[in-house]
Amino acid sequence: MTNEELFEKIKSKFGDYIIEHDTFRDELSVTIKKEKLVELMKFLHDDPELQFDYLVMMTAVDFPEREERFDLVYEIRSIPHKMIMRVKTRTKEDEPVDSVVSIWHSANWDERETYDMFGIKFNNHPDLRRILMPEDWEGYPLRKDYPLKGKPEDDLWLDKHLPEGQIKKPRHTRMP
Amino acid sequence: MNKTYEVNNEREVVINVGPQHPATHGVLRYVVKLDGERIVDSDPQVGFLHRGIEKLAEYMTYQQFNPYTDRLDYLAAMNNNLAYAMAVEKLLGIDKDIPERAQYIRVIMAELGRIASHLVWLATHALDIGAMTVFLYCFREREYILDMYEMACGNRLTYNYIRIGGVARDLPNGFMEKLSEFVKLFPKKLKEYHTLLTKNRIWLKRTKGVGYISKEDAINYGIAGPCTRGSGVDWDLRRDMPYLVYPELNFEVPVYDDGDVYARYLVRMDEMLQSNRILEQCIEKIPSGPAMIDAPQYVWEPKERLMMNNYALMKHFVKVVKGIKAPAGEVYFGAENPKGELGFYIYSTGEGKPYRLKIRAPSFINISAMPKMVKGGLIADIISVIGSLDFVFGECDR
Repeated sequence: MTNEELFEKIKSKFGDYIIEHDTFRDELSVTIKKEKLVELMKFLHDDPELQFDYLVMMTAVDFPEREERFDLVYEIRSIPHKMIMRVKTRTKEDEPVDSVVSIWHSANWDERETYDMFGIKFNNHPDLRRILMPEDWEGYPLRKDYPLKGKPEDDLWLDKHLPEGQIKKPRHTRMP
Repeated sequence: MNKTYEVNNEREVVINVGPQHPATHGVLRYVVKLDGERIVDSDPQVGFLHRGIEKLAEYMTYQQFNPYTDRLDYLAAMNNNLAYAMAVEKLLGIDKDIPERAQYIRVIMAELGRIASHLVWLATHALDIGAMTVFLYCFREREYILDMYEMACGNRLTYNYIRIGGVARDLPNGFMEKLSEFVKLFPKKLKEYHTLLTKNRIWLKRTKGVGYISKEDAINYGIAGPCTRGSGVDWDLRRDMPYLVYPELNFEVPVYDDGDVYARYLVRMDEMLQSNRILEQCIEKIPSGPAMIDAPQYVWEPKERLMMNNYALMKHFVKVVKGIKAPAGEVYFGAENPKGELGFYIYSTGEGKPYRLKIRAPSFINISAMPKMVKGGLIADIISVIGSLDFVFGECDR
């Protein structure tokens, strides 16, 4: 199935909800409103002509200047039909997105990581907690407004976790 | 963050494996809830090696990030270079124009990397289960491969040899002779490993029927590479979504249906033989020609030109400082790495740096399927499942 046919198939069912679509380097990417995300994913997963049964990865991209700040990106693959496509959706900072764990279990850790790094919450996620960062960390490191070298208050976190009685070493001052 | 477990009766107990445990292959902390010796529930905890590589990538030019990919899966650094370089080439639209010699060199390096990585897996997996000798045998052959890598690029662990547009330099004299020697020798050595393990009764007891995952679950849990092929999923990116010159080479994709630790062991053992086959064909087929693409807007100038030509130096300066001009758009490229599919998702806004770079790490996804595999098994099985999944924490935590 070519990318055009694939897009026509999605459009015939979800035409009203598609925000934009694009084909770049032979990869189709479709941006859909987040209310219909799980429904579209279920359709892509279950339709016998498509069978997108493998979630390759999922992540987010941050655009701080936009009102709907985050792009969520799902790269999905059909193993029986050897196809790959990208589904995207948009969300605001404090609006949760529906989880796709019920469709692909591999979204479990991917969504946890997205929550950890961007602070996007997911509805119906079985176990949403931080994964790579420490549990009491404040802030979301992969957001664009999070500085590369960390925030000054991150030092407080380190001090808090030093063993009792250990001398706090002076840290060199941060570059502005 | 810790998952809280409620202990219902006095038989149940919660224990903690790692993060500093010799059999966790890095820093994996594994919290297990046991009923006697049976595992009721478990929770792998990762992130101890988190270095924020994805964040660093946003502040670096495409070329600058290349050495960082070595530090992902440091046992198969060449394959990481390859996957990253191919992803950037796809973004630039030059992936079809890579010179054929460079493609063959890349295949040789990738397959050597696969053998080297599988050898470390076999060595440590066997050591975890208690077979000490295999460790020494495997590291003997791995030394051969590292010597070859050292010949080609001067390094033994982190290479930065495969660059955007080709490879850093052509193969040195004597490399192909050394490679042919290795290719002739390796199948015999592989037989030695088989005699040590494949029909060993202790090995069979520890691996057969352990860590089972079905075909449907393997796909649904997203696990990749040899682990899925051990569950009967006939999928290999080299064959099914081909890249480089893999379509011109003959190789089989080993698939076993049992879905247990032993099946995953057999898959990797067969894969090493197939990689050897690919190497044999590469030795015959490798053409002569340039090892780097002729696209000065994307590729750094050769050193000789920099020293002799003023204009080349100026252009080089701009490329190093501002980065190469990539078109705006987003791409995903996944390559079949020894551990599974390593993918790079790049979102570019048309600048010299990626706006967002996401690494799809096979180790990360494979560990997420561990609770499914060990549930209902014995506590000692965790160690053999960890070995069979073959993960590296540089890649998992990024």
